[in-house]
Amino acid sequence: MKVLVCISHVPDTTAKINFSPDQKEFIQQGVTFIINPYDEIALARAIELTDGGKGTVTVINVGDVSTEPTIRKALAIGATDAIRVNAVPRDGYYVARQIANVASQNAYDVILCGRESSDHNGASVPSMIAEMIGVPAVSSAKKLDINGSEATLEREIEGGKEIVTTSFPFIAGASEGMAEPKIPNMRGIMGARTKPLTVVEPVEVPQLTKIVSYDKPASRSAVKMLSVDDAGKLWEMIREEKKVI
Amino acid sequence: MSVLVYVENTEGKFRKSTFELVSFATAIAQKSGSAVTAVSIGNVEDEELKKLGNYGVSKILNAKNEKLKLGNVQPYASVIAEAAKAEGAKVVVMPASFSGKGISARVAVKLEAGLGENVVDIPDTSSSFIVKKGSYSGKAFAFVDITSEIKVISVVANSFKVIENKTDASIQSFEPALNENDFKLMVKETVRATNKISLPEAELVVSAGRGMKGPENWGMIEELANVLGAATACSKPVSDAGWRPHSEHVGQTGIAISPNLYVAIGISGAIQHLAGVSSSKVIVVVNKDAEAPFFKAADYGIVGDAFEVVPKLIEAAKTFRAGHH
Repeated sequence: MKVLVCISHVPDTTAKINFSPDQKEFIQQGVTFIINPYDEIALARAIELTDGGKGTVTVINVGDVSTEPTIRKALAIGATDAIRVNAVPRDGYYVARQIANVASQNAYDVILCGRESSDHNGASVPSMIAEMIGVPAVSSAKKLDINGSEATLEREIEGGKEIVTTSFPFIAGASEGMAEPKIPNMRGIMGARTKPLTVVEPVEVPQLTKIVSYDKPASRSAVKMLSVDDAGKLWEMIREEKKVI
Repeated sequence: MSVLVYVENTEGKFRKSTFELVSFATAIAQKSGSAVTAVSIGNVEDEELKKLGNYGVSKILNAKNEKLKLGNVQPYASVIAEAAKAEGAKVVVMPASFSGKGISARVAVKLEAGLGENVVDIPDTSSSFIVKKGSYSGKAFAFVDITSEIKVISVVANSFKVIENKTDASIQSFEPALNENDFKLMVKETVRATNKISLPEAELVVSAGRGMKGPENWGMIEELANVLGAATACSKPVSDAGWRPHSEHVGQTGIAISPNLYVAIGISGAIQHLAGVSSSKVIVVVNKDAEAPFFKAADYGIVGDAFEVVPKLIEAAKTFRAGHH
């Protein structure tokens, strides 16, 4: 079984997000970058499914050379090899086109992504790749089991879940519950240095969207504190002052 | 700018979020004096479809087909893309629901259209087509110019109000050819908690954290949610410990929500949690630690033990609900 895991290089979940004074650029200085948390779940499941010589796990990232430490971490966790598409990602469509291009030249049985990246949160890349290469996808999967070349997945829906089946090849976006993220051990970290990391150049993609600027949520006015004895007045107070209930 | 809106149904019925979405599509169309066409897929009765006319839809394309009864993403995307072509739609409005996100991505590829995901406000169409969308997991917003000729946007539930706008909506049968390749994924079973409010779309949410000390103490959280008519949620440590299902985890790596009211009980307010709930309109925090960072991000705060405060909140909520329906 050949598995491709798509990983994104994102700010650490505890990072404070700041932009340049003109609000056009995200300030990277002082920010630690990590493997997108959902992608770590995808990677962990891929490693479990291919454990014991049952297959290979290739990780792919679209990014410039600065993402290589993140790629090496995925190799340390247990991926077999890696591909970096040498380009700064423009939007989800751009990333999906690059990955679809690599996928169409290699017969992967399973392509796993995280459900969404924690920076742009589009949740569109898995389904876009699937559409581009003409395969089924589950955009948010909480479980993935494989039997031969048949997969059973648990798909999130509003207020519930669906159990779906499909055969190879397919794409899934990993959500919480599919696997527990793995922590690399010392042997993994040492081994990662010599695992193959292939750099490929991007294909041309038409520009469909452009980020104009960023903004941060408006800060709230000062908190209004109630004593425990007055707790019972809360709902009427919210109704009077905020009119949301 | 003709607008097409996909009206998602749950077992033949539209949710409130669908009427929000239709109102949103109407607001875009009104800017350019054009009409809104809705496309419905699956098995929705005419009586239900006609409700869309209350919110500004002038034409409804009804793709009613037994094969499309189950919410399969691939054939749905094909039907919507066909409808967009048939109508010459320049803007396709989609729900940012679990399946809506997957469908939107496919529709965008089919139409070679730029996609704006998780849109939270009406686009600025004064000189181009700029959408405001959530980014950095709730820590920021991005303004994105969709430069392609056709634009596909997915809209977050609870970010736009339902606005009445009565029109005469005509219902037309829509029967695009279905492609067998779109049916490789089979839905074996659908499990839906019918008595529960869907968390991503809930207007009121009661959430609890480690301060509850154990899963056996969730009865009072559920009771409070029940009295208020709220959905229940939890923090990451709680779902990680298996006290509550992952589907209830709100925060940066869980579900991002934007309800009218978010009540956080025994949650300290780590930055990752705040990111997922910061779009809530009103936030109430109950915590016994007066130094809990969550108080800084709250509108109302009560410093006290959950086991003392929550029963008071339940009693008051009962009285409140009896007084205001």
